[in-house]
Amino acid sequence: MQQVVHIFSKELKDYFISPIAYIVISVFLLVTGWLFFTTFFLYNQADLRNFFNLLPITFAFVIPAVTMRLFSEEFNVGSYEILLTLPVTFRDIIIGKFLAGVVFIAAILIPTLSYPIFIAFLGQLDWGPVIGGYAGALLLGAAFSAIGLFASALTRNQIIAFIVGLVICFSLTVIDKMLFFFPERLLGVIGYIGADFHFQNISKGIIDSRDILYFLSIIFIGLYCTHIAVQEKK
Amino acid sequence: MIHVENLTKYYNDFCAVDRINLDIEKGEILGLLGPNGAGKTTTLRMLTGYFLPTSGTIRVKDYSIDESLLEIKKLMGYLPESAPLYHNMLVFDYLNYVAVIRGLKQDEKISRIRELADLCGLNDIMHNSIDELSKGLKQRVGLAHAMMSDPEILVLDEPTSGLDPNQIAEIRQIIRQIGKEKTIILSTHILSEAEATCDRVVIINQGKIIADDRMENLKQSGGQENFIQISLLDAEFSAVKDALSSIEGIIKVQQMDETQDGILNIRLACKTAVDLRKTIYQAIKQTDWNLIQLYRETKNLETIFRELTKEN
Repeated sequence: MQQVVHIFSKELKDYFISPIAYIVISVFLLVTGWLFFTTFFLYNQADLRNFFNLLPITFAFVIPAVTMRLFSEEFNVGSYEILLTLPVTFRDIIIGKFLAGVVFIAAILIPTLSYPIFIAFLGQLDWGPVIGGYAGALLLGAAFSAIGLFASALTRNQIIAFIVGLVICFSLTVIDKMLFFFPERLLGVIGYIGADFHFQNISKGIIDSRDILYFLSIIFIGLYCTHIAVQEKK
Repeated sequence: MIHVENLTKYYNDFCAVDRINLDIEKGEILGLLGPNGAGKTTTLRMLTGYFLPTSGTIRVKDYSIDESLLEIKKLMGYLPESAPLYHNMLVFDYLNYVAVIRGLKQDEKISRIRELADLCGLNDIMHNSIDELSKGLKQRVGLAHAMMSDPEILVLDEPTSGLDPNQIAEIRQIIRQIGKEKTIILSTHILSEAEATCDRVVIINQGKIIADDRMENLKQSGGQENFIQISLLDAEFSAVKDALSSIEGIIKVQQMDETQDGILNIRLACKTAVDLRKTIYQAIKQTDWNLIQLYRETKNLETIFRELTKEN
């Protein structure tokens, strides 16, 4: 457990000493801020629904970019060999790196807290959906981080890791909007797979155990697949 | 200390290491020698738990690598080939990270880092970023990394590759120094290095062990004859040949080359059993030739190595 903490803090520090972190944060804030506020005043409603509607798609792009280096870089530089010969287990490594990714995503979200604060001055803001939205955003971010981590464990090339992660996250986000392509019998299952569907439930302020279970399952599957992928490398 | 049995590693169909058996005693400095691609690095990687063997067993002390890998990792310090360190960290941060992961306590951590910085000469670069360091400095940081927890076993993969002669001498000095108490396994394809640092040498070629002996024994073994070289002034080769051929034990008298100033260089092939240097000197003393040089060729590792790797 202690080793998880050490790896986690090292990875997190790595994020913040490289300029890439700040570029990713800026791009994320710029894109979400622009898309959200261009329509915000047209709707004339004091809520963040539009912001949370956009979040899964932006996350599908941003999170694989954040997680792509976690394993790929180590494979490429060769430091993976050093990491594996230190007294740590695969579990320590994977969980440490995963948590670093999640905390970094949380750090990206922190500046956006200024939106609800600002909106609360403009009108009557219902805080329930806002809190639900942020909780959902964290769960969604964690789930996508697990997927991104898995993609990173597959290859030593960060670009490939990014694209693989993007494809999986993007598919999960849009799949419940593509239901007309699937046979009727599968609709229930496929609708349930969609990350956006579960996220929107939570961001309405309804905390349903099914949605939470969904995200936890995705996290578990992602991390488990990562475990298989790194084990396979031996 | 380390017991390796039938260790085998396949990369798909390619057999990199083929049924290697090894026993390494405590306090030994073992050199793993071999041409490029012989399986040295693969062997070390399996010993340190980075690769899983295809088959075979590795036991370190009482731990087996299948069951208690974590315990074995704690006993070992490993410097991979060309020291692939985290390039975006500062040297101090990196050593600090390793110290923490290795479980050093807060108070002993700093003193240990200081100690290693002195030993490996890192004091001036403590606050430099690792990617700015030259290869030799990186190697030294890697060495400090490997020694951080004062491990009982030190595994070094080509510790001096790419260093300049001064740095090589320094690193060898360090290895010799720590080798007094620790078990060290190092791989190299530089023979003089094995000669300079190792107690025992294992030569591998194409994944198999082809020689495993102490340094002294290796040097003496092999070949039916040894050679004595003499250099004479004011002598005729034909006369020398006649005089020396009659000595019991000399198989062949051979002129190597005639250098300027009338120096005659001669190589004598002798039977290994006896040391003929005294007899030869006595024979030459009878004549009016001037002996300016006489020595017995010792077989160096290079010749042994070439003989052994060529055979296969």
